Amino acid sequence: MDDLEARLKRLMLDGLDGDANAHRQLLSLLSQRLRAYFARRMSSASADVEDLVQETLLAVHLRQSSYDRAQPFSAWAFAIARYKLIDHLRRRKIRETAPLGDAEEFLAAELVSSDDGLDLTRALRTLPPRQQALIEDVKVQGLSLDEAGAKAGLTAGAAKVALHRALKLLAERMRRADA
Amino acid sequence: MRTHELIEALAADARPVPPAAPPRWLALAAAAGAAIALVLVLAWLKPRPDLSEAARGGFFWVKAAYTAALGLAGFWATERLARPGVSARTAALVAIVVVAAFEILAMLQFAPMDPSARLGALRGASWQVCTRNIVVLAVPMTLICLWVVRQLAPTRPMLAGFGAGAFSGAVAATVYGLHCTEATFVFVGVWYTLGVAASGLIGALIGRFALRW
Repeated sequence: MDDLEARLKRLMLDGLDGDANAHRQLLSLLSQRLRAYFARRMSSASADVEDLVQETLLAVHLRQSSYDRAQPFSAWAFAIARYKLIDHLRRRKIRETAPLGDAEEFLAAELVSSDDGLDLTRALRTLPPRQQALIEDVKVQGLSLDEAGAKAGLTAGAAKVALHRALKLLAERMRRADA
Repeated sequence: MRTHELIEALAADARPVPPAAPPRWLALAAAAGAAIALVLVLAWLKPRPDLSEAARGGFFWVKAAYTAALGLAGFWATERLARPGVSARTAALVAIVVVAAFEILAMLQFAPMDPSARLGALRGASWQVCTRNIVVLAVPMTLICLWVVRQLAPTRPMLAGFGAGAFSGAVAATVYGLHCTEATFVFVGVWYTLGVAASGLIGALIGRFALRW
C-alpha cells in the first residue's frame, strides 16, 4: 500500500508539472480506487457510483492547486472523495448506512467494474455546442487538443482555455443536476 | 459518458500548477481587504486626530501586534482549512494561545484596578460601536477570502468560513486601530476579540452555503 501511495504521489507531482501522461495514469488508477470506495458505501444505488467517481475525478483535476506537495497524496484524494460522498448523500437526503472509512481502506478496497456515468452525459448536453464538440473530439475521437481546437477554428491557446472552461462548467452543472 | 473518456479529456487539460498558489491568493485577498478597510477608515470613521502622536506610544503598537498576530494565525488556519486532508489544529492552537495571552494581560491590568474605575476601563468611550465597526470593516475582505477559499477545496465549509471570517476580522481590527483611541488591555481584549469572533461567525454562516463545491 505504501508502494501505491508512493506511485500515486509521484504521478501527482509529475502531473502538477504539466505531464499529461502522468496525469492520465494518476486519474486512471484513482478511478479504480474511487469506484471501490464508493461502491462499498452505496450498495443500494450502484448507478450513482460512477456519477460520484466522475464528479470526484473532475474535482481532483480542477482543484489540484489545493494539494500541498508535502502531504501524502492519498490523504488529499481521500478527503475529496469523502467530501463528495457526504455532499452526495446530503443532496440526495440518503442517510449514510456504512461508516465513511479511512485513507488506508481507501487504497486497499477491492476493485469493481462498469464505468458509465449518466449525470456527466446529461451535464455535457447542457454545455454550449462548441464546448461540447471540443470535449467529444478530445475524449471520444482521440484527437489531440490542438487538432480538436483546429477543427473548431480555435488556436492552440484558445482551445486550451476553452477546454478548461468547459470542464469547470461541467463540474458545476453535474453537481447541480441532482440538487 | 464513460470514465475513461472523461480521463482523456482531463489529461488533455493537464497544465503546470504553480506550487504556492493558495497562500499567495490569500495574501492578495488580505492586501485587497486591508486596502478597502483603510479607505473605509479614512472616508467614514476618520483616523484618530492624534495619530502621529499615538504612533509614538507603546499601546498603539500593542493593539496592532495583538490583532496582527491573530491575523497571521487566521491566515495560517484558513490556508490549512482550504485544503483537503490537512489539519488546521496547530494554527487554531496558536490563535487560542494569542487570545489567552492577551486576556491574561487584560486580567493583570483589570484586577488591581479600583472597582469604580473598572466599568470605565471596560467600556472606554466606544464600547457600543467598536465590535460593530470591526465587523463592518471586515465584510469586504471576508467576501474576497471566501471566494478564494471556494476556488480551493474546503471539505469543512463552516470551519473554513469561520477561518476566513476571523482572518478578515483580525486584519480589519488592525486597520481599525488607526481610528480607535482606546488604550486599555481589557477594552481591546473584550471588544476587539469579539469583533474578530463575530466576523468569524459571519464567515461560518456564509461559508456553510457558499463553500460547497
